[in-house]
Amino acid sequence: MSKTIFELSVPGRKGITLPPRDPDIPLNEIIPQELLREKPARIPELSEIDVMRHFIPLSQKNHCIEKGLYPLGSCTMKYNPKLHESLVRYPSFQNLHPLQPESTLQGTLQILYELQNDLAEISGLDKVSLQPAAGAQGEFTGIRIIFAYHRAKGNTHKNKIIIPDSAHGTNPASCALVGYEVVELKSDSRGRCDLAHLKSIVNENTAGFMLTNPNTLGLFEDQIEEIASIIHSVDGLMYLDGANLNALMGLVKPGEIGFDLMHFNLHKTFATPHGGGGPGSGPVGVIAKLAPFLPVPLIGKNEDGYFFDYSHKQSSIGKVHTFYGNVAVMLRAYFYIITLGAEGLRQVAENAIINANYLMALIKDYYHIQYPDHCMHEFVADSTWQKKEYGVSTLDIAKRLLDKGFHAPTVYFPLIVPEAMMIEPTETESKDSLDAFASAMIEIAQECKENPELLHSAPLTTPVRRVDDVRAVKMLDTSFPLED
Amino acid sequence: MLSCKWAAKNFRIDINYNTKKVRYNILLIANGEIMSYIPNTDAERNQMLEKIGVHSFEELIQVIPRKFRLQELLNLSPPLSELELTQLVNALASKNIDTQKFISFLGAGVYDHFIPAAVDTIVSRPEFYTAYTPYQAEVSQGTLQYIYEYQTLICELTGMGISNASMYDGATAVAEAILMAVRKNHLKKAIISSAIHPEFIKVIQSYTEGIGLELVFCDIKYGRTDIANLADKMDENVSSVVIQTPNFLGNIEAMNELEKVVHSNPKTLFIASVDPVSLGILKPPSSYHADIVTGEGQALGNNMYMGGPLFGFFATHKDMARLMPGRIVGATVDVEGNRAYTLTLQAREQHIRREKATSNICSNESLCTLAATVYLSLLGKDGLIEVATQSAQKAHFLANEIASIPGFSLCYPETPFFKEFAIHCPVSAQKVIQDMLNKHIFAGVDLKSYGYDENTLLIAVTEKRTRAELENYATALREMNYE
Repeated sequence: MSKTIFELSVPGRKGITLPPRDPDIPLNEIIPQELLREKPARIPELSEIDVMRHFIPLSQKNHCIEKGLYPLGSCTMKYNPKLHESLVRYPSFQNLHPLQPESTLQGTLQILYELQNDLAEISGLDKVSLQPAAGAQGEFTGIRIIFAYHRAKGNTHKNKIIIPDSAHGTNPASCALVGYEVVELKSDSRGRCDLAHLKSIVNENTAGFMLTNPNTLGLFEDQIEEIASIIHSVDGLMYLDGANLNALMGLVKPGEIGFDLMHFNLHKTFATPHGGGGPGSGPVGVIAKLAPFLPVPLIGKNEDGYFFDYSHKQSSIGKVHTFYGNVAVMLRAYFYIITLGAEGLRQVAENAIINANYLMALIKDYYHIQYPDHCMHEFVADSTWQKKEYGVSTLDIAKRLLDKGFHAPTVYFPLIVPEAMMIEPTETESKDSLDAFASAMIEIAQECKENPELLHSAPLTTPVRRVDDVRAVKMLDTSFPLED
Repeated sequence: MLSCKWAAKNFRIDINYNTKKVRYNILLIANGEIMSYIPNTDAERNQMLEKIGVHSFEELIQVIPRKFRLQELLNLSPPLSELELTQLVNALASKNIDTQKFISFLGAGVYDHFIPAAVDTIVSRPEFYTAYTPYQAEVSQGTLQYIYEYQTLICELTGMGISNASMYDGATAVAEAILMAVRKNHLKKAIISSAIHPEFIKVIQSYTEGIGLELVFCDIKYGRTDIANLADKMDENVSSVVIQTPNFLGNIEAMNELEKVVHSNPKTLFIASVDPVSLGILKPPSSYHADIVTGEGQALGNNMYMGGPLFGFFATHKDMARLMPGRIVGATVDVEGNRAYTLTLQAREQHIRREKATSNICSNESLCTLAATVYLSLLGKDGLIEVATQSAQKAHFLANEIASIPGFSLCYPETPFFKEFAIHCPVSAQKVIQDMLNKHIFAGVDLKSYGYDENTLLIAVTEKRTRAELENYATALREMNYE
C-alpha cells in the first residue's frame, strides 16, 4: 500500500525554489504580530522527484478510459481527444484573468459566444448560459429559472415539481434546494412515464416536470408530446435533464419535442474529461420566454466585438458561479463540436445507439433485461437470475468485472430495477472492445453457476481487495493524523 | 481561414433518410473524413446491426415519433480535420492578451501565482483526468488517496477536523455553508459581511432565496466588517455569520473580536471564507473558533482560465460531518486488512437521499484539488510561507510606492492587509486601467461596478511580480501626471 504523502516528508526537502526576497520587509512590520500564525502548517516536505514518485504510482492504481471500457451508465465515459487537451493548455487560454478588459479576452469570448449558439442549435432552444459548473448545478439553475418564471407571472401557488421514479438523484435534490416539493411519478410496464398516473398528479400547483430523455433505462420517452401537452395545460414547464443528450444529437432537438429548458453535461456529451469527479460544466438552454431569467452575464456580440452581456440583469436569477463557469471545460467542448460538425455529432448519437444495442444483444441471453426494447445509448440489465439461482449479487458481478480489466457499470440504479446494472458503452468503443466486455460478462455468468464463492471474494487482482465501506463510516477517518 | 469557417456556418446538407440503396444509410461521409473519434468501420457496423437483428439504424429508433426526427443536419460549421482545428484555434488564441504578455495586478478571488511544471505533468496523467468519480474503490485508489491527502491538507491549513472533496468554487462553498448552518440550527437568518466578495453575495442570494432565508448585511468600516454594526444585528434567530478574511478589499478581518460577537448567540455558526495562501502566514480559522471554513482554492496551483474551473474548499468540526455537502473520502481497510480508501458518509448524498440530501452536488472539482495537493506537496512547509510572505511583502512595497504619488492614496491606510489593497485614484479607476493597459499592465480591478466609488482600484500582488515590475507600475502611474 502506498504511504501517504505525509509519511514521505523529510524536514528540509523542497520541490520548488523562489527568487530571493526583494523587497525583504520583516513580516511583523506589515502585518500585526497577533494576526500571524505561530506554528507553520505541517505541509509535507519533498523534492520534486519524491512528489513524482508518489503521484505517478498513485495514478496507476486508477482505472481510466485509456486502460479500458468504462461503461458507467448515464456517465458517458467516452474517449477524450488528446488534441483538445493540448490546445486548451495554450498560455493565451490558461493565463487569462476573468476581470481583464474585454478587449484582451476576444479570442476566448468568441469561442464562448459560438459555443452558446452551437448548443442552442443542437438543442433547438433559443438561448444558452454557460455558467453552471456541473450538471447538477445546471439543474439547480434551470429549476431556479422555473421558480423565477412563475414568480414573475404571479403563480405563487405553484410549489411542486413532478419527477419520474427512474430519475437521477440530483433531480429531486436540485428541486429541494430551490424550495420545491417533489412529486414522484411512477413508471409504467414499458419503463416509460405512467400517463394515467401523471394525469392524476398534475394540477394547478404543478410548476414543472423534470424528465430525462432517453430516460435512465436508456428508453426514449415516446409519449413526450402528450406529456408536454399535459404539463403545459397547467402552465407547467418541461425541463430536460440533458445527461443523455448524446443519444439525441442530430437526431432530435429537445426544443422541438416539447421541452422548455434543459441542461447540458459538457463532460459527458462533448467529450471533455471527467477529471476523477470534475470539473464538469452544465450549461442551461431555454426557450425565448425564459431567456430573461438566465444567469448573468451571457456572452454578447456587437460591432466592437464580444462582451459580457448584463442587459437582462433586472430579471435574471443572478449568478451561480463567482465568474463565468468552467471556461477550460467549455473550450474543450467547443473544440469537439467544431471538429465533428453536424455530421460527426450525428454519427456520435448513431454509433452510441448501435454500440449499446449490440452489447445488449450479446449479453441478453445471460442476464435478465427487464425492458428488452431496442435501447438508445444505454440499457439496464440486472442480476436477478444470478441472485435467485446462485446468491450472487450485482455488487459481486461488478467487482468481478474489475478483475477482468473493465470498470463496472453503474450499479443499483435506476432504483426501479432490482440488482440493476446500467451499461453505457459510448460510441468511442470499437466492436472488439464490446465483444471483449460481453465475453467477460458471459464468463462471469458462468462463474456464478460454477463458483459463486469466487464472485463473493472478487476482486482478486486489483490494487486493493474489496473495500470495507461499513468500517469507513463507523470509524470515520477523513484526514491523516499528522505528527509534530 | 477564419472568415471561411464562419461563412460556412450557414452551409446545409440535405439528407434523405429513406434511401434504401445503402443498408446503413446515415453516414454521408465515410469514416476517416470526419474526426469523430469513432473506431468502428462501416463493415463492423453492419455486422453489429446484423447481430442486433435489424436491417438499418433507422429500425433502432422507430420509437422516436417520425415527425420529431430531424430531416436535415444541424446548422453547424462543417467538420474540421485536426490540422484545421489547430490552425483555427491558433488564430482565436492570438486574439487574447494573457498575463504572460501584460503584467497583471488583478485579483478579486483569482490570482496569478507561480505554478511548478510538475503540477501539470501530474494532472495531465490520463489515469487521473479521464477517470470518473471513484465509485468503484478497488480501481480508484489513486483518486481516492489524493482526495484523502487533499482533505488532510485543508484540515491542516484551516485547523478544522474534517474537509470534503471540494465544491464548485469559493462562492458556492460559502453558500452551501450557510445552508448547512440552517440544517444544524434550523434558524432562518444569515448575516453576511458587506466586505465579502460581491459575486459571492450574488451566488448566496441564488442559493438561499428558494428556502426563504433572510439575508442581513453588515456594514463596512475602515475597509473591514463593522463590529459594532454586527453586534446590533445579532439576535437569537441568526443561523450563521459570514466573514471573509482577507476580505474582498484585501483587508485582514479582526476575526477574534468578530467571533465573540457571533458566538454571543451560542447557536449561531461562524462561517469564514479564507484565502488558502494567506494561511501560510496568517492564523488558522480554528484559532478564532470558526465553525465552517470555506474558500476559493484556485490560488493553489490552478491556472486562471478566465475564472474557471475554480474550486471551493469546505471544512468544519468533525461532529458536524453528517451535515456536510459534497463527497468525502475515508480511510478504511480491504478484506485482507490493507489500508484502502473509499467514498464515505454517502447516506448524505443525492444518489441515496434524493430530495432529503444535504446538497445536490455530484461532480465537484476533483482534478483541481489534485493540482492543489501536488502544488502544496512541492511547496512544502517553507514554500507556502515563502509564497505568502513574498506576496505580502511585494504588495506592501507597491502600496507604499503608490501612496507616495501625488493624488493617489490607500483607501484604508490603517487597516492590515495581505496581498491585495484598494487605492483611491485622482481620476476614475477605469481611466487608470485604460492608460496602464497602453503600457501593457493590467492595473487592477475597477470597483465601481461593485458599488464602490468610481475612483477606487483594487490591486493584487503575488510572489510572481518582480521588484522591477512593481517599480515600473509606480513609475507609470506617476508619469500619468493626473494631478
